[in-house]
Amino acid sequence: MAEFLPELRRAVPRLGEGLLTTVEATVLGAALALLLAYTLGLLSRSARLPVRGAVRVVVEFFRGTSLYVQLFWLFFALPMVGFRLEPLVCGVLALGLNFGAYGSEVVRGAVTAVPRAQTEAAIALGMGPVLRLRRVVLPQAHALMVAPFKNLLVQLLKATPLLSLVTVPDLTFQIDQLRSSTGATAASYLLLLGLYFGMAVVLSLLMNALERAAKARLGQEGGT
Amino acid sequence: MPIEELSEDLTKVPTAHPAVRFDRVTKRFGDHTVLDGLDLEVARGERVTLIGPSGSGKTTILRLLMTLERVTDGVIHVDGQPFSHMPGRTAGKLVPASERHLAARRRRIGMVFQQFNLFPHMSVLENVVEAPVHVLGEGREEAGLRARELLDLVGLSDKVDARPTRLSGGQQQRVAIARALAMRPEILLLDEVTSALDPELVAEVLDVLREVARRTDITLLCVTHEMGFARDVSDRILMFDGGRIVESGPADALLDAPGEERTRAFLSSVR
Repeated sequence: MAEFLPELRRAVPRLGEGLLTTVEATVLGAALALLLAYTLGLLSRSARLPVRGAVRVVVEFFRGTSLYVQLFWLFFALPMVGFRLEPLVCGVLALGLNFGAYGSEVVRGAVTAVPRAQTEAAIALGMGPVLRLRRVVLPQAHALMVAPFKNLLVQLLKATPLLSLVTVPDLTFQIDQLRSSTGATAASYLLLLGLYFGMAVVLSLLMNALERAAKARLGQEGGT
Repeated sequence: MPIEELSEDLTKVPTAHPAVRFDRVTKRFGDHTVLDGLDLEVARGERVTLIGPSGSGKTTILRLLMTLERVTDGVIHVDGQPFSHMPGRTAGKLVPASERHLAARRRRIGMVFQQFNLFPHMSVLENVVEAPVHVLGEGREEAGLRARELLDLVGLSDKVDARPTRLSGGQQQRVAIARALAMRPEILLLDEVTSALDPELVAEVLDVLREVARRTDITLLCVTHEMGFARDVSDRILMFDGGRIVESGPADALLDAPGEERTRAFLSSVR
């Protein structure tokens, strides 16, 4: 323990970089996941059976195969067929595909939960399908999506340590280095726990603010 | 306000065709036949009220006209043009209308719903302005001015910035009426617009509708259990039962001296 604190002090810049990498992977992974969640979620309500079917297969595939295996496949197997991606790119892709598949169910569920009467009112006002979705259904669905998206986002953050297994120098990777150079396993991992918990709390608070704003827009709970 | 503007489009299409014509229209939900070969004509500017026991197909007629349901058989014409159908590849043959065909034609029809169905994420003013701006392509300012006039007409000038959820049912329904009128419909469908209201709020909504009926020549199709209102606004009342018209006639005649036993029984049950 006597050597741990001086070592920790020396490691601060590297830990900072690791923290940034974790934040980067989380933000980029979440952005890709959000894009896929919307695309797949909205397509899953298509009137065309082949479209719905294809979406179903994609979603079930990425939900049904573990993130761990997807990541290893992108990092170790893809180069064998001629595609070599940066470790961080592999990580962001795997996070985005996996959590995008889960997120698509959130989008689909929220859109389905907006009362049919809202769509009928929009039809009665002459609004076409795109306008109905954009101006009437999605704004109301958003309020229902925030809470489940918050859970997914925190889970995505907590999944990022997997990236250290494919040499991404994230927070877990850097703390692991600190642990092996000091041998202070308990202290290193305690620090790691604290840092992830801190990040999760910050994310939750941000999402709670988003949720309050979304509900206020619908005139619920203190909106005007 | 210059209320004549509410239906200004009406003068642009001089025609002898009825505003609405149902030609042997059948509607089935699964095995259940709601409308059975219905023939119905509504003249331009006519006010028609549909009465009858629940489940008799009245609301389905409005929902078919608003394209919220598709006909199972038969054709609906609006202004002498096929509405539920469009010309097919073979000359003289009609095929069920595409979404695009419907989108172009349903604009002349407006509807007010039993449950108001206001957009909760928009203010009162935004609810009224939304479709004129995004569907008709009106300027925000122009649409805003007209929306304020319409909200004034329905007695809600002081609520323009309120959220629908903060309003009483009667106020919400009056916003819904203003919202429908903002699209300058030629035909307005009223689907049990007071059924979801507390009794003391019914009058304010019906008064607004009487005013609209008096000051415009909009074609009205109305489903209601308010016989007083039906008598005030209707040129003609149709009594429905089992998806068919049992009896039809001028409001006073049908309400005061119904010719059919089923009409008598129904009227005594709602009075």
